[in-house]
Amino acid sequence: MARKKDIRQNNKRLVQKLAVVALAMFGFGFAMVPLYDVFCEITGINGKTGRVDAQAAAASKVDKSRTVTVEFTGHTSSGLPWEFKPLRKKIDVHPGQTVVVKYYARNMSDEAIIGQAVPSVTPGQAAEHFNKVECFCFSQQKLAPGEVKEMPVQFVVNPGLPRGVRTITLSYAFFNMDKASAKKYGAKGDRASNRNHRHQVKADPVVASGG
Amino acid sequence: MGITRIKHVTGAITRLFLGISLWSVSGLALAAYELNFQKPVTPIAEEILDLHNLIIIIVLIIFVIVFSFMFYSIVVHRKSRGYKPAKFHDNNTLEIVWTIIPFLILVGMAIPSTATLIKMEDTSESELTVKITGYQWKWRYDYPDHDVSFFSTLSTPRDQIENKTAKGENYLLEVDNPVVLPVGKKVRFLITANDVIHAWWVPQFGVKKDAIPGFINEMWTRIDEPGTYRGQCAELCGKDHGYMPIVVEAVSQQEFDKWVSLQRNKAVAAQASAAQKWSKAKLMARGKQVYGQCAACHGANGEGVGPFPKLTGGKITTGPVADHLKIVIQGKPGTAMQAFGPQLSDVDIAAVVTYERNALGNNTGDVVQPSQVKALR
Amino acid sequence: MATATAHHGAHPTGISRWLFTTNHKDIGTLYLWLALILFFVGGAMALVIRAELFEPGMQIVDPHFFNQMTTMHALIMVFGVVMPAFVGFANWQIPMMIGAPDMALPRMNNWSFWILPFAFVLLSSTLFMQDQGGAPSAGWTLYPPLTIQGGIGTDFAILSIHMLGISSVLGAINVIATILNMRAPGMTLMKMPLFVWTWLITAFLLLAVMPVFAGAVTMLLTDRHFGTSFFDAAGGGDPLLFQHIFWFFGHPEVYILILPAFGIVSQIIPTFARKPLFGYNSMVYATASIAFLSFVVWAHHMFTVGLPLAGELFFMYATMLIAVPTGVKVFNWITTMWRGSMTFETPMLFAVAFVFLFTIGGLSGLMLAIVPADFQYHDTYFVVAHFHYVLVSGAIFAILGGAYYWLPKWTGHMYNETLGKWHFWLTVIGFNIAFFPQHFLGLAGMPRRIPDYALQFTEFNQWSTVGAFLLGFAQLLFLYLVVQTIRSGKKASTQVWDGAKGLEWTLPSPPPYHTFATAPKVK
Repeated sequence: MARKKDIRQNNKRLVQKLAVVALAMFGFGFAMVPLYDVFCEITGINGKTGRVDAQAAAASKVDKSRTVTVEFTGHTSSGLPWEFKPLRKKIDVHPGQTVVVKYYARNMSDEAIIGQAVPSVTPGQAAEHFNKVECFCFSQQKLAPGEVKEMPVQFVVNPGLPRGVRTITLSYAFFNMDKASAKKYGAKGDRASNRNHRHQVKADPVVASGG
Repeated sequence: MGITRIKHVTGAITRLFLGISLWSVSGLALAAYELNFQKPVTPIAEEILDLHNLIIIIVLIIFVIVFSFMFYSIVVHRKSRGYKPAKFHDNNTLEIVWTIIPFLILVGMAIPSTATLIKMEDTSESELTVKITGYQWKWRYDYPDHDVSFFSTLSTPRDQIENKTAKGENYLLEVDNPVVLPVGKKVRFLITANDVIHAWWVPQFGVKKDAIPGFINEMWTRIDEPGTYRGQCAELCGKDHGYMPIVVEAVSQQEFDKWVSLQRNKAVAAQASAAQKWSKAKLMARGKQVYGQCAACHGANGEGVGPFPKLTGGKITTGPVADHLKIVIQGKPGTAMQAFGPQLSDVDIAAVVTYERNALGNNTGDVVQPSQVKALR
Repeated sequence: MATATAHHGAHPTGISRWLFTTNHKDIGTLYLWLALILFFVGGAMALVIRAELFEPGMQIVDPHFFNQMTTMHALIMVFGVVMPAFVGFANWQIPMMIGAPDMALPRMNNWSFWILPFAFVLLSSTLFMQDQGGAPSAGWTLYPPLTIQGGIGTDFAILSIHMLGISSVLGAINVIATILNMRAPGMTLMKMPLFVWTWLITAFLLLAVMPVFAGAVTMLLTDRHFGTSFFDAAGGGDPLLFQHIFWFFGHPEVYILILPAFGIVSQIIPTFARKPLFGYNSMVYATASIAFLSFVVWAHHMFTVGLPLAGELFFMYATMLIAVPTGVKVFNWITTMWRGSMTFETPMLFAVAFVFLFTIGGLSGLMLAIVPADFQYHDTYFVVAHFHYVLVSGAIFAILGGAYYWLPKWTGHMYNETLGKWHFWLTVIGFNIAFFPQHFLGLAGMPRRIPDYALQFTEFNQWSTVGAFLLGFAQLLFLYLVVQTIRSGKKASTQVWDGAKGLEWTLPSPPPYHTFATAPKVK
């Protein structure tokens, strides 16, 4: 009898401990979100870029001995009826030099739309050395119907950039921030894409070319 | 329920399957098939194939040695042969040896793998950049240095997929606009996606990379031999994941330059043709072609398919032209009608709308000009 | 003690026996029947997939329904078949093997089972919601943003995953408490049968990763409906984050699906070799190190997402390292057979096939760890072949072998050996025809999860389909055999197998409803 009671108490204590472990692991799942961000910032995974203030940028020493080509690209995600592109495709810079380039955006719809640009830099090991001073991606951008906007990015490439990196690509993806509006302009969601059981296949090749 | 009956049933099932398999063998004896990777055409694909072959050989040798012991034992150490069981149940030396030897073999495999991997990840010193964007369910290619960009979509006719006509040689591996790349040049790909994750893969190049919305990845290749190379999207991206192939034409530098200038001229011509006034006949002819994309849902004769509205006598196709254009350009919220504005040129949209309003049993007489489309964008 | 036994002695009969049971044997039976039923449901889905893939072109289903089938097949086989079957084995065997009267927490045990049928009804009901988008179709890996696009079926799937998670965690807690607290006197940890050891380690894995998975799908749910953007780049999130969290769960999950199988095989082989298990201690350590390593290899499922070079190298080396303890296990099994006095009844046939075919899956797994080559293998049929060799000829073969091994003990009747052998050979032949050609399909460049394919893949797909149907229909034989064994069949002895060792073989066949009310003494 004594043994049975002991077992029951042991069980209770053990179950409590194990339940705490389970709950802690549930929490750990969520803790992976900030942990991942920190990890990405340190390693530059996924091209998350850095940010510095103007003073720090101005203070960084220019390394004239090296030239790095920075390429620009940009696209809108489905659901944002904007034209969006860099006004300049590439620029040669010295590490430490503060540079401004511009992107072009035009709202092609007849409604005001709020967009958010998300930057990404490749190669990954360059991302942590790519610091933006000013960027249209720091805040949401609202474009009136038909409005055209030239948006500046001010950046500096940290002189600590690994020697092997000679080309850096900065890419922006522009997203429609209003989910209802995004759906209206073609983003697939919920049932929209799934109900379409038929495959979308062209009967004849159609030339789709553009500038 | 007697055993004999079961035996009878299992016998019948076995015969059935035997029949099916014999039939399938005889029917397809002609089909060519491969037992290994497709022929590599880039230095990296070549290295990967060598690495793969090396590892397969190592793995097969280990496998044969290990299991020859097992099968020897199975044959010899049987009770039915009167074999008396031994009593041993551990042996430290043996256990240490078979921990260390596999470890050393693994180190041997890791060295060449690391070397190849380092080469694969080195995208520096590229001579051409191509940006690849995955869409549901097509690819878009941009050549930022040449101002060329286009969508590349499956060109296999629906009738082949639905088994109404015989399947072509490159069934599901053919597109309307292939990617054209120069041979012998280091090409860097920037890769991203517009909606969900896709993956760009051409087996003969030995490159595969995920296209992730909001993020940009890069990879490179250098094609040795001119030719046409085919691949497919490799990451599940929804309903038509199996229908977004990749076709690459590798050509000489001269031919590549010619192709680039042709693309540019086409773009200029497209702009010029959008500016001019089109005749109804020309619009109808072109519209019929473009309508192929619409037929998937709206039916080849505008009769509608399942939940998708018919266009014959439809409210949109016989109502105001501006509303019709808007739906084509912007799509319809909450339905599968997507925005074709970003995908089709002004001329194509004008043509398809004109077609829909004057064919498929409709006869509004409206002629829509590319300039009207442009004004609505 | 005597009063307690008498109190428990009068148990209800009929439906309420099964609904309210707290008896480990009843609950074990319930788990095993659920697994068997879902085995046929998931198997039928696999046959829909294989039937569609018999020829190029779309014949039977549309691509969207095809994707629902691949997704549901995986979810059901993983969470509805392999895991419940192992829990069923655990319920039946662990108390009998360690000399305990029951599981440590019998009422919770009832609970963890009865959550499952509801979870699977919820999950399967989505198939009848085709107008709302149908069942989840983004693959069992549920990657966003594709999962975000899914219809209401995705939400049902997420809720059912929560229920499965709760069930698994409760079950794991129960197993740990039983093993740590309920062992008979003298049954030290290092005397426990290997099946008990593998389950103890599995239970810790479950406890560690099921809650993480629950967290990940919760984030999916809030991303879908409550405006968060954990995985949405537009709101500062990252779709890759989901993959990291998922595979942090997913890789240990793979070992959750295979470690108990190692345990079962480690019981069967010594019995039929009539020789003790070789290297018991190293088996335990190898299992523990596999479990430990499973936490640091998750990104090998993500080599093509654009990891930094250092990351790829780390995950490649760590993954290759798993081959060492896995190799130790295979060597130990073969050495256990070596110079034994072997007979080949159905359980042994399945165990031998397990060792042989699982090793094929293990070696193709090693190939997949080689990053440069993985760029070619990733997301192709090579991977499909690999994980079916690990999960079908691994987990499922061990489950079938284990069922034959303990069925006489559980039912008190001997199964029909001739039918058992028929079942084995049809299964093993069907399995290899179905999955071996898929290696070649993958190498030749056929991506996975496609409903239709280019012509050069036709021949091997036809082989695969024929094999799959053979494999599928052979399982009906198993169903018949199980029913036949329960209803009739020769009376089984206490010992059942002359080489069997362990406490469960000291009990009559079938064992009485309550066993080891007085703990046995273990020498």
